[in-house]
Amino acid sequence: MNTSARRLIVFIKMIKMENILAKELLFKMYRIRQVELKIAEMYSEQEMRCPIHLSVGQEAVATGICQLLRKEDSILSAHRSHAHYIAKGGSIKKMLGELYGKISGCAKGKGGSMHLIDLEAGLIAAVPIVGSTIPIGVGVAWGKKLKNKKDKTAIFFGEGATETGVFHESLGFASLHNIPVIFICENNLYSVYTHVRDRQSKKRSLKTIVEGHGIQYLYGNGNNMEEVLNISKQSIEYIETKQLPILLEFDTYRWLEHCGPGNDDHLNYRDEQETKSWLDNCPINLFEKKLLISGAITKKEIDENLEALNNEILEAFMDAKNAEFLPASSLYDDIYSV
Amino acid sequence: MREIKFYEAIREATAQCLENDERVYIMGLGVPDPKGIFGTTVNLQEEFGKDRVFDMPIIENAATGIAIGTALVGMRPIITHQRVEFAILSMEQIVNQAAKWYHMTAGQKNVPLVIRMIIGRGWGQGAQHCQSLESWFAHIPGLKVVMPSSPHDAKGLLASAVEDNNPVIFLEHRWLHNTYGNVPEYYYKLPIGKCNIVEPGSDITIVAHSYATLLAIKAARILSEYNINAEVIDIRTIRPLDKETIIASVKKTKRVIVVDNGWASFGVSAEIIAIIAENLSSELINNPIRIGVEDVPVPSTRELAKHAYPNTSKIINTVLNIFNVKSDKIDFEDPNIMYDVPDQSFMGPF
Repeated sequence: MNTSARRLIVFIKMIKMENILAKELLFKMYRIRQVELKIAEMYSEQEMRCPIHLSVGQEAVATGICQLLRKEDSILSAHRSHAHYIAKGGSIKKMLGELYGKISGCAKGKGGSMHLIDLEAGLIAAVPIVGSTIPIGVGVAWGKKLKNKKDKTAIFFGEGATETGVFHESLGFASLHNIPVIFICENNLYSVYTHVRDRQSKKRSLKTIVEGHGIQYLYGNGNNMEEVLNISKQSIEYIETKQLPILLEFDTYRWLEHCGPGNDDHLNYRDEQETKSWLDNCPINLFEKKLLISGAITKKEIDENLEALNNEILEAFMDAKNAEFLPASSLYDDIYSV
Repeated sequence: MREIKFYEAIREATAQCLENDERVYIMGLGVPDPKGIFGTTVNLQEEFGKDRVFDMPIIENAATGIAIGTALVGMRPIITHQRVEFAILSMEQIVNQAAKWYHMTAGQKNVPLVIRMIIGRGWGQGAQHCQSLESWFAHIPGLKVVMPSSPHDAKGLLASAVEDNNPVIFLEHRWLHNTYGNVPEYYYKLPIGKCNIVEPGSDITIVAHSYATLLAIKAARILSEYNINAEVIDIRTIRPLDKETIIASVKKTKRVIVVDNGWASFGVSAEIIAIIAENLSSELINNPIRIGVEDVPVPSTRELAKHAYPNTSKIINTVLNIFNVKSDKIDFEDPNIMYDVPDQSFMGPF
């Protein structure tokens, strides 16, 4: 048995992760990956006529956190939200319906990929204005606190959002009012095509900024599922016991283009070596390999799961393609609530 | 009936809303401080507690997002800004988030939220403390925009705004805060989306809103001395706009001027005249005229600022001109009131 497998076993004991949980995590990551790859494949048909920001390569963070949240707990996301939506238990049929602009969509097609919502699954909102769901998420958490509700709230955003004013305003308010909320920063290095080094001073430290607000900060490798899960668990325990805000930062990497189904590496904005090293550290491959070595899962189980999953996804695509659009008469619906 | 001031009416409506519905809370810079937003929130914290009446850091944009978030889990927030210009920092949350939420969730979640903003004027407020930006907000589907001109309307419309299930921008003119009027003690609501005919008349329609309504009423009373019977309409709610009342009045009088509380260009008066033109152009005797703040930032110095604002004299002279009535008098302003304060009691500084 090699070192990594031995470490995994220790880890499994440490956090009492049973094989069932490990499988769930792996399959959930696959669920995100397979949906996203299928969207990328089908996008060229020109029927999903809305901007899409795919999460391929960034499956672990969404999966790890959401695994530890209950259905009643809330999450909020931004433009790259598919992974969060699926990880939290959002309906794939409704998500694809939304991307196709159909009445079967989670917002009847009025939102599109950038406005996913599944209230039943606890996905309060995703919006494409970077940083904007951060205060809204703090408000959700605060509203629950004011109403003495114990449900948790987690807000996903990228490192670009930590550059916005509203991020800092929100941290200050969360700290001032002791609001139990989990801020999750997925640092994938790029804001569209601009590397973080061109946007943030070398002297800048997110940890120092967060701690300066009196907020707990934890950091982890976002492509390492065990690490993500471990840190997520710590954060959940922290807000449960302390009832205070906490911020988690995870390094990760998006594989595909910023917006769209393809690869944009021909634009040469990313260093080849950098991209290669991240691709070699695929969160799914890394985790799967460990589970196979430890015997937590078999190749057969994975294949069976993938087959069922792909069928479910295909069916959801067929559903979305066959669904109707809202009628013209509904244009003025849902502007004002009575 | 009892007479109280506009600011007292705002405070009373807020207190009654807090009393009636435990989901209501109010936050804003200075809400619990000794001056309590020009008296409108004085002692509310003592009465309703720190969980329901509180101050905030200088985080206008985040605070609006936070209020939206609490609204999504069942609260009914009121935010206050001591000047419209501070609220501009929260335009992102107001325009992109609050206004669009009901639409982009296809009606799954609405945002009941009242955002109070105060329009400054006089005592050298200067370019960044006096803008009447209601047309910015009224431009956005999903928002409602309310601008009362009397204590009675302020109380009833604020109550309606708090009970409304949508984001409502509630604009108060600083020069109205100390005006008096009859206000019932009991809790009551006035409809959002209804104009008020404050002075009935048959010769000309003067449409106005907020503080400009007071100018129009004063002008109408003086115009009656010239046998011109003006009908004054207070718009009261900019969005939704009660087009029917305005159209019906102008159909009757066949003459119209609009007094804008802000800049006329691309403003509320522009919209109203467009509506009149679309519906009644062939029936009009005069070309519709709009009078608003001059197309400049309003300077701090009172000697220049006085030329920037519409006043009673401008309204009267415009109407007299429409009727071809010659008057020896062109200045109808009250010589006892300095032109940079609302009344003799106002001592500054803001």
